[in-house]
Amino acid sequence: MSTALQTPEVAETPNYLNSEYGWKSWLFTKDHKRIAVLYIISITVMFFIGGIFASLIRIELLTPQGDLVNSDTYNKFFTMHGIVMVFFFLIPSIPATLGNFFLPMQIGAKDLAFPRINLLSWYIYIAGAIFALSAIVLGGVDTGWTFYTPFSSTYSNTFVITAAVGVFIAGFSSILTGLNFIVTVHKMRAPGMTWGRLPLFVWANYATSLIQVLGTPVVAITLALVGLERAFHIGIFDPAIGGDPILFQHMFWFYSHPAVYIMILPGMGVISELVTCFSRKSIFGYSFIAASSLGIAIIGFLVWGHHMFVTGMSMYASLYFSLLTMLVAVPSAIKVFNWTATMFRGSISYDTPMLYAFGFIGLFTIGGLTGLFLATLGVDVHVTDTYFVVAHFHYVMVGGMVLAYLGGMHFWWPKITGRMYPEGWAKFACLLVFAGFNLTFFPQFITGYLGQPRRYHAYAPEFQVLNVMSTAGASVLGLGYVIPLIYFLWSMKYGPKAGNNPWNAKGLEWQTTSPPPTFNFEQTPIVTEDAYAYGSESAPEEAHHHD
Amino acid sequence: MTEPHSAVAEHAEHSPYLRHHFDNMEQQFDSATLGMWVFLLTEIMFFGGMFGAYTVYRSMYPEAFASTSMHMNPAFGAANTAVLIVSSLTMALAVRSARLGKQQALQMFLILTMIFGIAFLVIKGFEYHEHWVDMKVPLFSGHWDYSNTPEFPHQAQYSHQAQILFCFYFFMTGFHALHMLVGVGLMTTILMMARRGIFSTNYFTPVEISGLYWHFVDIVWIFLFPLLYLIGNARKLI
Amino acid sequence: MHSVPSVRTYVIVWATLTFFTFATYYIAQIDLGQWNIVIALLIAFFKMSLVIFFFMNLKAESPLTKLFAAGGFFWMILLLGQFFVDYISRDWMPGGKMW
Repeated sequence: MSTALQTPEVAETPNYLNSEYGWKSWLFTKDHKRIAVLYIISITVMFFIGGIFASLIRIELLTPQGDLVNSDTYNKFFTMHGIVMVFFFLIPSIPATLGNFFLPMQIGAKDLAFPRINLLSWYIYIAGAIFALSAIVLGGVDTGWTFYTPFSSTYSNTFVITAAVGVFIAGFSSILTGLNFIVTVHKMRAPGMTWGRLPLFVWANYATSLIQVLGTPVVAITLALVGLERAFHIGIFDPAIGGDPILFQHMFWFYSHPAVYIMILPGMGVISELVTCFSRKSIFGYSFIAASSLGIAIIGFLVWGHHMFVTGMSMYASLYFSLLTMLVAVPSAIKVFNWTATMFRGSISYDTPMLYAFGFIGLFTIGGLTGLFLATLGVDVHVTDTYFVVAHFHYVMVGGMVLAYLGGMHFWWPKITGRMYPEGWAKFACLLVFAGFNLTFFPQFITGYLGQPRRYHAYAPEFQVLNVMSTAGASVLGLGYVIPLIYFLWSMKYGPKAGNNPWNAKGLEWQTTSPPPTFNFEQTPIVTEDAYAYGSESAPEEAHHHD
Repeated sequence: MTEPHSAVAEHAEHSPYLRHHFDNMEQQFDSATLGMWVFLLTEIMFFGGMFGAYTVYRSMYPEAFASTSMHMNPAFGAANTAVLIVSSLTMALAVRSARLGKQQALQMFLILTMIFGIAFLVIKGFEYHEHWVDMKVPLFSGHWDYSNTPEFPHQAQYSHQAQILFCFYFFMTGFHALHMLVGVGLMTTILMMARRGIFSTNYFTPVEISGLYWHFVDIVWIFLFPLLYLIGNARKLI
Repeated sequence: MHSVPSVRTYVIVWATLTFFTFATYYIAQIDLGQWNIVIALLIAFFKMSLVIFFFMNLKAESPLTKLFAAGGFFWMILLLGQFFVDYISRDWMPGGKMW
């Protein structure tokens, strides 16, 4: 990486990339843009590590028998896949990368409120990742990413404490990022940037930050208690002395359900940006989308029991949580309707970011609707702990979140690096991702409904055809991930220079150079228009040029 | 990050403590204060998780908790509460001194706050030692002996649940003590900054936000005291 | 910037806090049944309010800061309350069964 960035031909104008060279200028930076780049590298590494475990899972599941590895080892595969993907990729992903880079710019600020805490946040993330990777290298964890007790606290013979410490530490990275964003949005908006003019990407990250600060501490204390219980051989969650394992689940899911909204809300923010830009049309229902982000954040804290319907929780609590889970779908649906309405009678261009947005809207809708199946108590009793659940959350997390991340990366890549990626390869990779994804996970809805349980290394022979399809799809999907990695790296040295605003997009970040200067703006911008002041029927030529 | 040198002269009239991504000192102070309140919000949820779990178990085992609480020493607990409250007073007076630019008073009140904080930790250490001597520390297998209470013979049946209360006692007061230690460390740093003459009526942000942290740790203890020490009804003073 | 409370205010708050600490201590020796915990918690909330509004100067802070402080407590109530949606209702099934 360093050679590409130190090549003088990256940009002649001074920008945040060429202002200083050398590893110290990166590792001790306070510039939110450089910290974002550090995060991009780190979470990409963790993503591919999580992907390796996914590959191992899918290879084992090519055959009905558990013949590649024994069940204990398989348990480690899905545990490590879950822990790495959830805590070290999905939770930080968009906020720590695109959010870090663009939130200050979109509100017209020079940096986040607490730049040194931002850097600390990255170091904390790395420390957590080191613990998690140590757990892998030492021999793995087999409790599932959900760490259910008393298996995790008493009976598992794997490196639970190491993994739990890694997650605990990474949680503080998340908390500090959220804290930083909240204070930044409240205190550092440019003159004229009222709440009603904030880009929806900012609203989405703000709502995400609220969840991060309110929820993450609870999982931190929960995992700390499990670690203490394991280390000192006493039990708060140990039934033998009167402890309640279900209490662990309550405490765990109090965070981990809102956590899925931490994962998806920033993606929705990206989609709002993409849909409006590539339809050349002001977003439909701005205030509804903004309010729905807050609505998801708040209602998301009222539904966690839907992960616990069959655990022994009271049936009345199940009724309560089932009802509220139905409610939480409403703000998400509002967003989908508003995006669609934005596209209606827009002037649509089919650039790669927009293709990813299309993919998101379709796949997230499927994932979200299947969530309603799971919210329904009676259906959930049948499909819980089957591949139906696995397919549901991969539709929202991969079909939704990862596609949004890729869409956002393609959209903002010219701004981050000053280079354009190759559009032909990008479209091809996007199609591979979409096709591969559906081939991987749609069969899992079917096998799950038919009864294939999750977290088992073997399954009934009649499911083999669908499992083979799923593994084949995973190979295609993996290729679809590797290709962008290659051409993004390639573009940093050989890609055509991108201008300040290759998409003719609105937004303060596009009014400065690509890549931006260290302090973002030569002068603090004064905001006079709404966020998405695209003409209602405008063709691309009518858009403002702010070069 | 390097500043263009021509800008240094420009910034001479600003406070040297103005960070350059802020427009003015007021924005910086407001941001720092809001940031600390948001951080304390996360701390509320951190301790809140433990309070939540504690409440669940207390509702499940009310008699066990009540009788086990007899083994706590409320005199120490009350003394600790009083000590922390005084430390909050001295901390508030320290912040006030910083706002008014009174350097000597600031340093004096910071030192007093630290003394009371350390006193709290000493009393806590003494309590922990007593529990260890009485074999009431379930954290190490073999160091739990609940039968050794001839004056409360009916408690034998609660031996298991008693461990839960003691776990919460040690975890909750332990995390609290950890936060106190951090607080004392913070005070040390602030004191050293004060001695270097950094604070003035224009810049006292670190004192202010450290004060907020200190008061919060006090509040956590205000709740821990009745919930851990005063559970039984008509409990006698040991 | 903000108003600076007087030394007198702080000392009065301190004295009140100390008084109520001893009040809690002595009330705990009187058997009031289930009211013991209620009174103890009420006193604790009152003491907390004094610390927050006076020592932490929330009284003089902006509405936004007050909102965040209130939000924290409200969220703790959400946590506790929803835990108890489960724990309170566990005994409600006829015959003590879950299903």
